[in-house]
Amino acid sequence: MTENKKKASEEQLAYAGVLNIGMWIGLALLIVFFIVYISGLLPSYIPIGDLSKTPPGSKIAYWSMRAHDFNQAFNVPTGWGWIKLAGNGDYLNFVGITMLAGLTVACYMVILPILIRKKDTAYAIIAIVEVAVLALAASGILKTGGH
Amino acid sequence: MIHSRKVLKILIVVLSIMALFVSISAFASETQEVAKETASASTTPWWVWPLALFVVTFILGILAVLGGVGGGVLFVPIIGGFFPFNIDFVRGAGLLVALAGALAAGPGLLRRNLASLRLALPVALIASSAAIVGAMIGLALKPNVVNTLLGATILFIVAIMITAKKSDFPNVAKPDNLSQSLHIMGIYREESLGKDIEWQVHRTPQGLALFIVIGVMAGMFGLGAGWANVPVLNLLMGAPLKISVATSKFLLSITDTSAAWVYLNQGAVLPMIVVPSIVGIMLGSIVGVKILVKSKPKAIKSMVIGLLFFAGTRALLKGLGIWE
Repeated sequence: MTENKKKASEEQLAYAGVLNIGMWIGLALLIVFFIVYISGLLPSYIPIGDLSKTPPGSKIAYWSMRAHDFNQAFNVPTGWGWIKLAGNGDYLNFVGITMLAGLTVACYMVILPILIRKKDTAYAIIAIVEVAVLALAASGILKTGGH
Repeated sequence: MIHSRKVLKILIVVLSIMALFVSISAFASETQEVAKETASASTTPWWVWPLALFVVTFILGILAVLGGVGGGVLFVPIIGGFFPFNIDFVRGAGLLVALAGALAAGPGLLRRNLASLRLALPVALIASSAAIVGAMIGLALKPNVVNTLLGATILFIVAIMITAKKSDFPNVAKPDNLSQSLHIMGIYREESLGKDIEWQVHRTPQGLALFIVIGVMAGMFGLGAGWANVPVLNLLMGAPLKISVATSKFLLSITDTSAAWVYLNQGAVLPMIVVPSIVGIMLGSIVGVKILVKSKPKAIKSMVIGLLFFAGTRALLKGLGIWE
């Protein structure tokens, strides 16, 4: 009994397995796409040299602007709008970033059937609510006020 | 004599790193001024900044491991204080830096049964929900308010690091009803003692309530929240120190995910800042682990506390408009 308790549970090992694979794939994509971005293999939606430039009439460089003002200056879509721009070197990087940010949901989806099979009702409900919370955060529905 | 030499060495290292950050900050201001005068073009080639970011985050990665703190807590005040990037993008990057570190450490900690899924899941639900609220508040606040609050928070963290005690094996006489009904307990092998340690927790409702505050702060400032997770899990809820540290690290992968999505969806993530930072911190952490074997943790911890104090003061003064 003690030996069993000492070992990680089935759902814990399943979670670790998905996390491990997803993390390496996400990191690899992040590095490869960043190389594509800075090497100029693909054109950038926002020219790479423009980030540090100061727009006419402004006192600060683009990357010193608040996110809201930066997005307006370059007409950048928010939420999942970046997908339309993923053919550009800069927005291609969001594939890796999104993968890392979405990994936790994938892990929960993997352990959910195990928790249900084990009749671990409390944790199954916790997992379902957590997926709903993360899906809400990822949806882009939540907006902050303008500046 | 030997002691004073050590103190002197630490002082020299801290002062050198501070001088590096101040130079970067001064260089950023100067570049900005030149750019203003020439209407648009900056004289500094674009690649200087990601390169500087990589070098600094590499150093932060080493210090984070040696000082026993998460990368995010060093990243946000230092990069926000001394680089020309807006605090919105720095916080977005800070969350992704902390997230990447937690995702990388998670599988090993879960497999060794040091991070406990049963302890983490209920806590994560509370903290990640609160982190969304924190992220939304943080993005709605003005940068000077964020910097002031961030500076105050960092100085508070410094106070916690100096004063908080840790307990390897806290005494939990009787687990509370909530933790019993959720079966939050376990056994792990303590290699240093060569024996199995059984653990359980108490004061779960109070702990969960505190994770609301921790989640809000993590989301608002883009900080990994290990500095707060560990004392709550260890000192309040009574989990052994190793379980607390490992579960806290794993917990960040869930808490920071929810806040990171808010920053991502609001366009507060710039790959030019995020990727060099993640790679720099991760490579620095790998080197840090190797140095850790030979280093004196107490001395390094004092150095990290000194740097945090400096960065926190800088953020506070920047927020108050005293040190622009």
